[in-house]
Order: sequence, then structure tokens, then C-alpha cells
Amino acid sequence: MSVMPQTTLPSAAAAPADVSVPPARSGRVRRLSGRDRLVLGLMVGLPTLIQVVLVWIPTLLSVGLSFTKWNGLNLADIRPAGLSNYTYAAQEYPPFWPAVAHNIIWLAFLALVATPIGLLLAVLLDQKIRGTRLYQSIFFTPVMLSMVMVGIIWQLVYARNEGLLNNLLGTAGTPGAVDWFGDSDVNLWAALVATTWRHAGYIMVLYLAGLKGIDPSLREAAALDGANAWQMFFRVVFPVMRPINIVIVVITIIEALRAFDIVYLINKGTNGLELLSVLVIQNLVGVGQVIGVGSALAVILLVISLGPIVYYLVRTFRRAD
Amino acid sequence: MALPPSTPSAIPSDSRLNRRTLLKGIGGVTTALAAAPLLAACSGGSPQAAKSANATSLGSGLSDPVPRSAIQAMVDAYKSKSGATVKMNVMPRAQLVDNISSYLQSNPEDVITWFAGYKMRYYAAKGLLAPVDDVWEKIGGNFSEGLTTASQGDDGKKYFVPNYNYPWGFFYRKSLWAERGYKVPGTFDAFLALCAQMKKDGLIPIAFADKDGWPAMGTFDYLNMRTNGYQFHVDLCAHKESWDQQKVKDVFDNWKALLPYQDKAALGATWQEGARTMTGKKSGMYLIGAFIAQDVSDKAILADLDFFPFPAIAVEGTDAIEAPIDGFVLSKRGGSNKTAKDMLAFFGSGAGQDAYAAKDASNLQTAKDANTSSFSELNRKGAAAISGAKHISQFFDRDALPAMANNVMIPALQGFLKDGTIDTRNLEAQAKSLYAAE
Repeated sequence: MSVMPQTTLPSAAAAPADVSVPPARSGRVRRLSGRDRLVLGLMVGLPTLIQVVLVWIPTLLSVGLSFTKWNGLNLADIRPAGLSNYTYAAQEYPPFWPAVAHNIIWLAFLALVATPIGLLLAVLLDQKIRGTRLYQSIFFTPVMLSMVMVGIIWQLVYARNEGLLNNLLGTAGTPGAVDWFGDSDVNLWAALVATTWRHAGYIMVLYLAGLKGIDPSLREAAALDGANAWQMFFRVVFPVMRPINIVIVVITIIEALRAFDIVYLINKGTNGLELLSVLVIQNLVGVGQVIGVGSALAVILLVISLGPIVYYLVRTFRRAD
Repeated sequence: MALPPSTPSAIPSDSRLNRRTLLKGIGGVTTALAAAPLLAACSGGSPQAAKSANATSLGSGLSDPVPRSAIQAMVDAYKSKSGATVKMNVMPRAQLVDNISSYLQSNPEDVITWFAGYKMRYYAAKGLLAPVDDVWEKIGGNFSEGLTTASQGDDGKKYFVPNYNYPWGFFYRKSLWAERGYKVPGTFDAFLALCAQMKKDGLIPIAFADKDGWPAMGTFDYLNMRTNGYQFHVDLCAHKESWDQQKVKDVFDNWKALLPYQDKAALGATWQEGARTMTGKKSGMYLIGAFIAQDVSDKAILADLDFFPFPAIAVEGTDAIEAPIDGFVLSKRGGSNKTAKDMLAFFGSGAGQDAYAAKDASNLQTAKDANTSSFSELNRKGAAAISGAKHISQFFDRDALPAMANNVMIPALQGFLKDGTIDTRNLEAQAKSLYAAE
């Protein structure tokens, strides 16, 4: 914080004034007038306040409530429950472990299929092919749709009797028709395909931006050294894009953890589509509210999410230093 | 206030008033207005205040166009009958249902649209609803025994005024059954034999849909009531009975006999899709609520629909019927409002319910003195089944703790439909944790 005024504040108008002021401690004191301090205080204080009120206090309350039993009616009804909500989730609540497994599958699928598809699209569209802008727009369109819209669109594809897919397969209306969203053996994969449709476009745009930013002289140098396209990409381009890669890893992990909308739209996240985020909502909001259990599930999800977030922040700040 | 037709003749006589009397009049009014606060201050109640006391409010979760206009008609009928003012607050159904506890604790309207069952008894026991026994003294004679018990809280006081209900039963197409010579089965064995026959005839015997999780609860409710009786069902729902006992296992054993005859595609189908297999004669019958009529737009098919009660299994014959009741409760604050109670008494009368039914014909009025002449044949049959029932259950998600229905039963029943296994010990463990939190 202390270096900020020197590194970021100087503007065209302020620069000449800086020269005349001795760069000592006294200088800094004089430069921050009362008004500056007020402005800075507001700029730092307001976001901090919002952060504390909207993020930290609710988080801590959730953690606290996860060790209690409460019917949500009267504060006097809150009773301590120790770890019982956690043991309930882990041992008695049947959807819990399937949800964990599905979140892992979701992550693996995004990381191993969806993200590489986005990468491939980006590399292909980065070539000077005709109509690349058009293709980019087409692949990016799903990203601009909300996940709810994506779900509705894919419902049209997957519907058992009226759906596009079963009609193409010629099984629509017959007993052999696959029930893409109803059969718990296939519905997770069907949902993942729909998610990929959107996720790949997102990754593509991020990568395209990164690819455009690569110094062309690097490629020229590699070409002069006789690198083929394969080597050019994996030995030169990919390593140079390291900052983007980290962002994409983090985005992929976060997308996998916060996956929610599409399964909720399909069948409210039951019958083979259980995810941790859905269980949190199911137990915390609406008719199925069990505040203790819902909070415990939310804390579990928080702890899992903290992993990639901390990793990302540590990396970012280490580089800033 | 409509002017009586005689007013035109009054106008000339008014116009004959000279300016002086008019001014005098105005002066008088002004003095009266100025004095009003003083009067109010010393007497503690001016006529103005008395008039505003003749007011109440209604919080309604019936936000779909048809029920919304029906509730409005009901309120309008009360307003014109009593001259009271009624403030309406219509909110989306999910908003009312999902946030009911915070709503009841904050600043609720006096009268609220709500449901009978555990969902009502729970909030009554928490002291968030006001008893309406004095209203029942006026309307009690209007309701059958089943409706009366369904309106009681755990303490024996009444907390609920029924408006309408709709029965659950097996719906089928008369023409299909006549063509194939099927007979309405009275016993479970006859029922299973009929299913086997339908299967042989190339039909899906029982249309079934459980994508949304709740429709399967209807099958569970009936199987439990027919296997173990109404009281056991209600006690199990309220977790006064354990889930981990032979009686519950018997229910699922009976269900296992049904499983081969229920539509295999149930887990991917909504109740409307299930209805279409029955109306399209691909399946023989469909266990669903009478609201199925809302989804049938073809008048000819609607006239061809009939229904029969769930056949008898072990106890009580077909005495119990599943017929969720929608009605009204009084918030704690509304308990001291005489107008609110007066309005509830009106809602519990045939006149009030007829005003509703005139706009929404898919439900059945509950009051005995309601006008049933406009009933379709199907409605008439449903009403007869309900009034003949000794016990009325409210559907699992209204009879049980909502979290039990939503978080435990939906996945458990969907799992059962998939592989025919159920872990009653785990159901009991979950029930214990959830009911303990209340």
C-alpha cells in the first residue's frame, strides 16, 4: 500500500510538482492532504465494508450455523449440535458422496475434454483461415447465453420423444429411445456435453486473446530454427502463454465447483445429477431448508473451493512482488 | 357505492339550496373536520377510526392468472357483502411457500392462503398462526368430518379454513376401458390382475412420471394408507412412527409388485408427459390429482375421463382419500382483527367458495352448501369420493416435514424406482436428524 502513491498516482499534472518536492518522508505526508486521505479512506474503506458485510460476516455466520441445529424461526431455538451436521452429511445423507463424485467427474471432464476443445478451437481459428471472425462469433454465442438458456436449448435436443437427438437416431417414440435426461446412467454425460458446448467457447476466447498477444518474432525465430507446427505450439507458444494457462486452470476448477444451473434446470439436481452446489441450495433455501445441514454442506464446498483460490492468489501476488 | 336510482330527483332539490346554506354547510364540515382530531383524542375512537377498523388484508400465493382472478372474485364478493376494505398482496406461489417462516414472522397480511396438513400444524404449534375456533362455530356445519380434522392443529384448536380440494385417484379413459372390457378393480389382487392383462394387451398399465420427484409420493401415500391405515400414515409423516420397521417395508414390498407395471420412463417425464400417455391411450390408467383436467385441452377427451379410488389392500378398505386441501390461515396479528375473522367465515361459506369456483372450475368447493350444479361429471364423482371418505390425507409434502419430503423422500423414491431397493434404516436416520432440528 505504501508504494502506491509513488507508483500509480503520478499523472501529467502531478509529475512536475513531484520533482520539486524532496523525496523524503516529510514529502509523502505533505502530498496527502486531508482531502486525499478522505478520498483514499473512502476508496479503501467502502469496498472493505461491503466485503465484510456481504462476504465475511455471512461466511462466518454460515460456519457458525453449521455447528448448530436451528429451525430458522426464533434465535432462541438455535441449539449447539457439534459435528453432527457434518456426520449427517457424510454418513447419512445418501446424495452427498454421489455429489462429490459428480463434481470430480465434472472437473475431470472440463479439464480433459471441454478445455482442450476450446484450446483447439482457438488455435485453429488463430490461423489465417477465411471467415475466422464468423466462426469465432458462432463458437462464442453460447457463452453469451445464460446457463438456463443453454439448458432449455439442450432440452430440445435431448427430449425423449420430441428431441432432435433421438429423432436423428431414429429411436424417438420407440421403447429403445434413450432417455437422455431421465436415465441416471447417461444424464450426467448429457449435461456435461451441454456444458462443454458453452465452456469451450469461453476458453476459446480467452486463448485467442492470449494467442494474439504473442510476439510474432518468437514464431518467426522458431520457424527459422526449423520447428514444425507441433513443436512451435508445444515448445514455444504454450509456454509463453503461461499466465493465460493459469487463469484457465483456475476458471476450469471454479466452473466445475460452481456448476449448478444446468442440472437444476434439468431435474433440480436429483436422480444422477447431484452436485455439491445443488445440495447446498436444496438444504439452505426454500421448502427443504435445514439450516444446520445446509451450512455444513456450504462450508465443505467453501473449504474445497479455497484450494484453487489460494493457489491462484499466492501465484498472482508472488509475481507482483 | 352505487347511487340508488332515485338520486336524479334529489339533484334539483339540492340545486334549490341557496348559496348561503351551501356555505354554511361547508363551514360546518370544516369545523367538524377541525374538531375530529380533538374528538378522537378524548373519546379514543372516532367514527373515522371505526371505519378503518372495518378493514383487513389478504396475502395470496395464488399468482397464476386463473386462481388469481378467482381469489379476487372471492374477495370482491366479501367486500360487496360487508362493505369492508380488503388490501390484497399477491405474490408468486414459490415466494410464499419458500419464505413462509420469515413472512409469518415479519409483517404478514391478516389472512393468508395456505395448505392443510403438517405444513399448517407446524406453524400453528410455533405460535405463528391465530386459532379460528370462533369462526368454526359459524361455519362448522359446512364441513365433513375429514375436513374438520384436517383443519385442526396439534392442540385441538382450529387454525385453518378450507376453500377447495381435489382428489387423487386412478384416472382412465372410459372408451378405452369399454373397448377392452376392463373393470374397475376393488382389491389389490384384482388390480394387479388388471395390470397384467393390460400389459398383455400391449399397454403400459400405469402411466407414471417422476422427473420432478414429487409425483411418486402420491403412490407412496396411497400404498401406506391402504397397507397400514390412515393414522399410521399421518404419524409416520410426522415422525411419530419409525421408518425402520416392518410396516414401512411392507409398503415398499407392495410397491415392488406394482413396479413392473409402472412406466419405465418415469424418471425422465413430467406429470404432464405422463398424462399424455394416458390420454393418448398408450397407457391404461394414471394415479394423479384431479388437476390433470387442467392439462387436457380436448373437450372430447375430458368428457371421456373417469376415475376410481386406489383399491383396498389390507386395512380400512378405501376409507381414506388423498385430497390436498387449499384454504386460508390467520396470521398471529390477524387474530385480533374481527373483520379478518368475518372474512374467513365468509370464505368458509358456500357463497364465498362459489365466487371462487365460478372462475376456477378445476377444483371442488369444500363447503356443503356450495353450489355444485356447475360440476362436470368428473368433478361430481370426485366430490362424492371426498365427502364419502372418513380420512383425508394431504399429500406427503404437506403431511410431512417439508425437508423430509424434499431432501430425503425424493432421492429415496427415485432410487427405489430405479432398482427396487430402499434403505429404511437410512430413511429413519435421516428423519431423526431432520425432525430433531425443528
